[in-house]
Amino acid sequence: MDVLLKVFLIVGLVIVFTILLCTYRAVVGPGIFNRVVAVNVIGTKTIVLLVLIGYYFERPMFFDIALLYAMLNFIATLVFAKYVQRGDVCSR
Amino acid sequence: MLEIIVAAFLAFGIFFMFVGAVGLLRFPDFYTRLHATGKCDTLGEALIIAGLLLYHIFHYPQTPLVCVKLLFLIVFIFITNPTATYALMRSAYKTGVKPWKLGDERQ
Repeated sequence: MDVLLKVFLIVGLVIVFTILLCTYRAVVGPGIFNRVVAVNVIGTKTIVLLVLIGYYFERPMFFDIALLYAMLNFIATLVFAKYVQRGDVCSR
Repeated sequence: MLEIIVAAFLAFGIFFMFVGAVGLLRFPDFYTRLHATGKCDTLGEALIIAGLLLYHIFHYPQTPLVCVKLLFLIVFIFITNPTATYALMRSAYKTGVKPWKLGDERQ
């Protein structure tokens, strides 16, 4: 069990490294779509990171935060896609 | 034995997430980057959370509600992540982003 907690820490650090790799695309990437894809991927990785933090520090509250973050990430991407395509979010 | 299985799940998940990040960095065009990240991230995240779910079932059997939360998280991600990818790709295609062809310069 103690070994698995160290494994969780290492996996979390690798996820942080991949988030840094994606940050390059979010900063440099040509055009707005590349940046939005990078931000969406970073949000997806952050969900896993939150669940791992919840196990490593033994705080079950982080699972609720992970659920909330998943929903926010999805809604943000959908609203962005609709806004760029139509120029308006609420129109039919 | 449980440690080995959970570590294998985590290792495969982290492999897929790393491959997705490298694809996001290295592919030449918007659509190919979406192709890399839309699948690799979904599978990697589902594998990591499945490993954590196994860990939770055997180490904290007194709180079964968290198992339901993690299972719901897996199902939710399997529905929403491809939907977000599809919406972004459709929006980019309708606003006129050209696909990359062989011989074009890398974006």
